Amino acid sequence: MTDGEATNGPSEGDPIKDLLPPGAVLATRLADGEWHRLHPATPLLRGGIVFIAIAGVFVSEARQQLIDLFFGAPGGHEDGDPFGFLTRDGRLPLALLGIAAVLILIVVIFYLSWRVHTFRITDEVVEVRSGLIRRSLRKGRLDRIQGINIVRPFFARLFGAARLEIDVAGHDANVRLDYLSSANADGLRRDILRLASGTKHSEEAHTPPDTRGFVGQRVAEFIAPELDPSFAPPESVVRVNIGRLIGSILLHDTTFTLLVLIVLAAIASATFGVIEIVIYFLVPFVLALGSFLFRRFTKSVRYSIASTPDGVRVGFGLLTLSNETLPPGRIHSIQVRQPILWRLPGWWEIRVNRASKSNAKGADAQRNTTILPVGNLDDVLRVLALLLPGTSLESIDVLRRGIVGTGPAGGFSNSPRRAIVVRPFAFRRNGFAEIPGVVLLRGGGIWRHLTMVPEARAQSVGVTQGPLYRALDLARVHVHTVNGPVRAELGGLDRDVAVGFFGSVSLEVVSAVSTDATHRWRADGSTA
Amino acid sequence: MTNRLDLPAVDWRRVSPKYVLVDVISTLVVTVALLVASSIPAYVSRVTLWWILPAVVLVIMVLVLAFVPRRVRAIGYQLRDDDLLFRRGLLFQRFVSVPYGRMQLIDITRGPVSRALGLSDLHFVTAAASSSVEIPGLLVVDAEELRDQLVALAETRRAGL
Repeated sequence: MTDGEATNGPSEGDPIKDLLPPGAVLATRLADGEWHRLHPATPLLRGGIVFIAIAGVFVSEARQQLIDLFFGAPGGHEDGDPFGFLTRDGRLPLALLGIAAVLILIVVIFYLSWRVHTFRITDEVVEVRSGLIRRSLRKGRLDRIQGINIVRPFFARLFGAARLEIDVAGHDANVRLDYLSSANADGLRRDILRLASGTKHSEEAHTPPDTRGFVGQRVAEFIAPELDPSFAPPESVVRVNIGRLIGSILLHDTTFTLLVLIVLAAIASATFGVIEIVIYFLVPFVLALGSFLFRRFTKSVRYSIASTPDGVRVGFGLLTLSNETLPPGRIHSIQVRQPILWRLPGWWEIRVNRASKSNAKGADAQRNTTILPVGNLDDVLRVLALLLPGTSLESIDVLRRGIVGTGPAGGFSNSPRRAIVVRPFAFRRNGFAEIPGVVLLRGGGIWRHLTMVPEARAQSVGVTQGPLYRALDLARVHVHTVNGPVRAELGGLDRDVAVGFFGSVSLEVVSAVSTDATHRWRADGSTA
Repeated sequence: MTNRLDLPAVDWRRVSPKYVLVDVISTLVVTVALLVASSIPAYVSRVTLWWILPAVVLVIMVLVLAFVPRRVRAIGYQLRDDDLLFRRGLLFQRFVSVPYGRMQLIDITRGPVSRALGLSDLHFVTAAASSSVEIPGLLVVDAEELRDQLVALAETRRAGL
């Protein structure tokens, strides 16, 4: 409202204002409850790439004709050539006029669609309205925010633009602000999280005005480190170095399986001499392996995870940068696990279940659920301390025993000896324990894993028994959470122990649910 | 039978005995479909040996039918102070405890046979698909009363996700 950027004023501000200079637009101003516009390059970035591509094809096709036209080469054009047709008989001015009209029309449509595409952030909701003919309005409640993602695709980075994706609980319930000026995106996320956290204290925006020119800023952004050191204390940052990342991908179960298949196919071809058929089968395998490796690599390169006042920040990317902030209490279950070959270097990965399902395509699935693509035990424990805030040193010790330990040490209730029938390798590891507010389920003798469920996030608790378990006097316990890659359940437990687990954990979940206040995580007024 | 799962000191509320009929009819429908499907190899190949397949199916389904009354009696629920307790299953037993605050919505559905008998099924939906608390065979009035009661309880214990 203050400077004509709000849509309900008839006089319109300069559209370039939001782009240049970004430093002059204070981040906090975008979250003031008024309607605001997006980055002026938005229509171009959202749909205009296609238009540029078409123009490029057009120009390259017409190149010869243009050269002939401007340098006066005599025509000898074939009849089927549309450009030849146009340049003959004085049709050219008409054609140029038509092209100009189309261009103007496109620019006008771009401008209008940019005009009507606005967003508003109030204390309660974030709203985006858009559409020239089909109007749409999308609303997300701030207390249901599951995470805020800032994506900077390579092309958008050239314009200094970034996409802000607000994950709200539910399937494909994201609210997208694309695109914002890159310098504003981080500040706006801070503001939204501050509003969502319930704190009444407002902080001063501390973005210093940027006096460098447009090109200078772009260059500075490209060479800047992915994680701004002022965002998080360096001791809380866990990084994945590139050598370990490549090693982890090569030793991953999927790679291993595919390599075994390839070797088997090669042996088969050598033995039976049916090269063609084998190659026919091999090619899809190699392609699948390549795309898997590439995807995993690009989704994990330059990976960092750090603690910020408003939650855990996960960032990665080489050309397309992406970083997401998960407010406290948005992680529904956590699993530390070890693919079999990672045992040699002692690496682990951490996956989580979250309430939001990103509408991003397949390749992005890893982003949403893998919190740490690879790390040693030390890294894992540091990340767990970030994901489970308030864990004491003793709890960390229990977690360590949960990851690598066996037997009852650390307070684990283990499977009885007779469970060897159903857990031949894992019965020594198979067990559960509790640290304040969190249930730990440990299992897996060969593929070791530890599943953690914060009691305040558990949806329900279950205990089951089938005929085989009945014969062995065993039972299985479940802690139900929102859907995701992690399933929190543990079989092969003594029946009485399992019933005891069911009774005590269901009581604890009830009390944790009633005292949980993470949907407004700073409502007590404290500023971190 | 001492190895069976059981919870101490729980006074289970059971579903209507009329639900046995619903279960029997739906089991019969499944039986007919399975018999037809399993007879296809014998019918097509004209090999007598293939008739073993539908015979086995028939034996299994007769056993399943015989246990329907006990299976229905094994369904139970109880409204405790802060959570809903639910049990189901005879061969595969399952106990679930859901805090009332976790309720996202309550679904009441009625199939054709249930409707004829004046029964309905109540589905307590949480954010976790695996919670799966579905109480079948409640009298229509009971189901609606239970729904209102659960909604009221959930309202007093509102919680986030």
